[in-house]
Amino acid sequence: MATEKILDVRDVSTAFKIDGHFYDAVTHVNLQIKKDEILAIVGESGCGKSTLATTIMGLHDPAETKISGEIDFEGTNLVGLPEDKYNKIRGAKIGMIFQDPLSSLNPLKRVEDQIKEVMDYHTDLSSEKKHARVIELLSQMGIVNPERTAHQFPHELSGGMRQRVVIAIAIACKPDLLIADEPTTALDVTIQAQILDVLLNIQKENHAGIVLITHDLGVVAQTADKVAVMYAGQIVEYGSTKQIFKTPKHPYTRSLLRSIPQLGGESDDLYVISGNVPSLQKMPASGDRFASRIPWIPASDHEKNPQMHEVSSGHLVRCTCYKSFYFPDQKKKKVANELN
Amino acid sequence: MWKTILRRILIMIPEIIILSIIVFLLAKAMPGDPFTGSINPRAGVAQIHHLMEVNGLYDPWYQQYWNWVVHLFHGNLGESYQYNEPVTRIIGQRAVNTLWLSLFTVVLTYLIALPMGIYAGRHEGKLPDTVIRFYTYVTYCIPFFVILVLGIWIFGYVLGWFPTTGSVSPTANGTFATIGSRFYHMLLPGILGALFGTVNIVQYLRSEVVDAKSSDYVRTARAKGVPINDIYRHHIFRNSLLPIAAFAGYSITGLLNGAIFTESVFSYPGMGLLFVNSISYRDYTVITALVLLFGILNIFGTLLSDIILSIVDPRIRIE
Ligand SMILES: Nc1ncnc2c1ncn2[C@@H]1O[C@H](COP(=O)(O)OP(=O)(O)OP(=O)(O)O)[C@@H](O)[C@H]1O
Ligand code: SF4
Ligand SMILES: [Mg+2]
Repeated sequence: MATEKILDVRDVSTAFKIDGHFYDAVTHVNLQIKKDEILAIVGESGCGKSTLATTIMGLHDPAETKISGEIDFEGTNLVGLPEDKYNKIRGAKIGMIFQDPLSSLNPLKRVEDQIKEVMDYHTDLSSEKKHARVIELLSQMGIVNPERTAHQFPHELSGGMRQRVVIAIAIACKPDLLIADEPTTALDVTIQAQILDVLLNIQKENHAGIVLITHDLGVVAQTADKVAVMYAGQIVEYGSTKQIFKTPKHPYTRSLLRSIPQLGGESDDLYVISGNVPSLQKMPASGDRFASRIPWIPASDHEKNPQMHEVSSGHLVRCTCYKSFYFPDQKKKKVANELN
Repeated sequence: MWKTILRRILIMIPEIIILSIIVFLLAKAMPGDPFTGSINPRAGVAQIHHLMEVNGLYDPWYQQYWNWVVHLFHGNLGESYQYNEPVTRIIGQRAVNTLWLSLFTVVLTYLIALPMGIYAGRHEGKLPDTVIRFYTYVTYCIPFFVILVLGIWIFGYVLGWFPTTGSVSPTANGTFATIGSRFYHMLLPGILGALFGTVNIVQYLRSEVVDAKSSDYVRTARAKGVPINDIYRHHIFRNSLLPIAAFAGYSITGLLNGAIFTESVFSYPGMGLLFVNSISYRDYTVITALVLLFGILNIFGTLLSDIILSIVDPRIRIE
């Protein structure tokens, strides 16, 4: 059952128009997701995670963005799909949870009406049935007094409650694919755990595929089946959660893992990746995008135009020079690393 | 919601009391005494003293203020020096004229401004938006009285399309003819006032729509699969019009200020023109009454805005 492919993103690039020029925010991305599967997309702020999500949802203004490649969703190519066809898919077959629950709801509409709205367009349930579904969804979200919450306005709810409402909207029509863009970042830690539980429970019931965008590697380790590590618009490493956490290859993945103490393993010191993700305009046109952030690696070690390589079944890494990569304090272990 | 409104009305009471005290003290501070015009000029100082005494003008100010308030409640605002008629009667008809003109102007303003603002916001950056923005900038830069003078000159004198003075033609006979004539007289000042009044609303509404378009809740609605036209109808317009609805109350202030210019230029017999004339005649009783009236109308305008806002915006309702 868990083999049915829902989404196949092939060679997708998204470019934004800035001062009359198009700059790639997402570059040649490939990924697949199946039913019942959670794919985590990780990477620092600004590396294009949200852009990829909204590209799949078709939320970009065609005048300001250029999207290429193919997004095969259950047999339909979403790239360039007309709005009216897209509107049949959005909300019904693909649900999306946004990064900021505080502003994602219309401040002037009651919770009930905002959840009902998605059903208005994708079901022909009677008003009573919709109400019943709203209450069912809200209780499923772990809301104690759903009737009361349904009648409230967003400003009367806490951040965690609002995010539950946002999730309720996303799953109201039982979509096959759920895209959750940092669903817990804006919330405090205890609420984060609750929201994640809610998501996982829903998945058990609905058998949806979930794209979980986050920069919290702890969350990834707990929930994801597969992980795509993104850097500066590109996927640099892709594999099962086990492959990524046990045998990370790419320097960026290793840097990320090393920057969280309990999962790193390579050193006890907390590692900080120097520098920042380059802005779109400053993105190097050729050569490698991560090179500037590992300055101790000699230029001759970097590939001109690194491509994805399969290192083991289903585990893909950009470039081959990961073989000789080392952290500054590991110079002497270089040989040991090569044996990896 | 009712609590908020009640609270607002309660706040209004001290506002009006303070306003009336200020107006009363201003009236007291005006030069001259209230009898000089109405008694025999040869009356002696002793006689004036006597009259002052009888009329309680040597009482402490709060006593006098109380008497004044009591008179006010009996509709007694004194007599106009200029017309030798009760102030209430003089203001009465003119207030009606101003009311009609203001109502006409405000309706016209919103009829023009709402579609313009919404259209410009929705089609931001396109040609019609550029034209509308050009229009608002130009109108914004020209002072109101210049618009009025230009308007009356071009459409009143040069083209002769509209009457240039009064509120009704003296030759109009019968109810329909009178109503028609009144409307005809309101047309040009109303249109010019509306042209001026639209500027703020158009600019405000346009930027509200532009902001709403890129808001997160609109993105959520799009992710629900709501077609764009419905998003405009159910989310963007509704949320953008909300602050505009509250403007309606505040626009009373603008209309009263505007009336002073409009009525002067068009010799339209309303409160604005009366105010200007009364100042040049130093008709203090009328000025006092008008200041009080304008003040109260302003307070009511603000109240109206707050009530509208509390009805349309759930966030400011106090449960
Ligand atoms: N509409 C847009 N126009 C121009 N540039 C954009 C637009 N949206 C995003 N960008 C740029 O694209 C890059 C990727 O942004 P994106 O929001 O996808 O990052 P992200 O990985 O989701 O980051 P975060 O973790 O902060 O949410 C950033 O450099 C951002 O400034
Ligand atoms: S060339 Fe390879 S090692 Fe060098 S920065 Fe790029 S991906 Fe990393
Ligand atoms: Mg993001």
